[in-house]
Amino acid sequence: MLELAPLADPFPRGIAHYLIGGLFIGLGVATIYLGTGIIAGASTFLESTLSYVSSVERFQRYRPSRDWRVVFTVGIVLGAGLYALVFAREVFVTDVQPWRLALGGVLIGIGTRVGKGCTSGHGVCGIGSLSGTSVANVATFMLIAIGTALFVGTMGVSP
Amino acid sequence: MSLDNRGTALVLVGGILFGFGLGYSRMAEPEIVLAFLQLTDFGLLFVMGGAVMVTATVFAIATRRGGRAPLTGELYAMRHKSFDNNVLFGGAIFGVGWGLSGICPGAAYASLGLGNYLILYGIGGMFLGAYVQGLARSYVGGTDAAADPS
Repeated sequence: MLELAPLADPFPRGIAHYLIGGLFIGLGVATIYLGTGIIAGASTFLESTLSYVSSVERFQRYRPSRDWRVVFTVGIVLGAGLYALVFAREVFVTDVQPWRLALGGVLIGIGTRVGKGCTSGHGVCGIGSLSGTSVANVATFMLIAIGTALFVGTMGVSP
Repeated sequence: MSLDNRGTALVLVGGILFGFGLGYSRMAEPEIVLAFLQLTDFGLLFVMGGAVMVTATVFAIATRRGGRAPLTGELYAMRHKSFDNNVLFGGAIFGVGWGLSGICPGAAYASLGLGNYLILYGIGGMFLGAYVQGLARSYVGGTDAAADPS
């Protein structure tokens, strides 16, 4: 059921951890950038990693960057693990149904590659570069995602 | 671009900061992202806003000075991908996937770090989707410069 609760309290979980977490995300991108000049997005890892197991030319073009992209991704897992170790009280396992994760994942795998980036590549790095292309991409996926999530909720799919 | 050991080590540090931020902001929990997309918690705006504040500041200062990155010699530049219909088309497909699942690539990797083994359904799906589109575009033979590795 769609409710208008947000109008009453748009931030039921507060603001601080969202903002602080965001600053760390930006700091991670900035650290890599200042040292190497690389603007790292998270979704290219999918294509570049496929180059290890597929000879399709499309993936082979990522060979030069595939190693550090794996390292970047391992870092992301470790960093979140560090957070969980220090701040979370228990292991988190999502309640969102596997079919939603899997089907959503397939669409994400297609969409980020066709659209040239994701929430980090376009959303954080691209907007941070004041890129019109990225603003257009983010505005598109934001509106479509909100529409989709509201529709799914209205259809009674939960969690 | 290939990196030497120091560059790779720095990428690891950056990845850890990035993943820590995804954990701390709770973006690694699909439920929290879905709460934003269903308009019951607008906190995600602060995550993106906080991250962009840092990157926009650092990118602007670094590029203005026209210097080069110490570990690679790369000239500091912005991320400006070319615009075409794929940007909107791909964004729309991504939007449906994000809205359905509450996950995105970076947050999904981070979710593994929380012990969320069920996210492997999502990550597996992402690889499948990336593979299918790569295969399809190989056959179509598109030479879009836009998909150049960054």
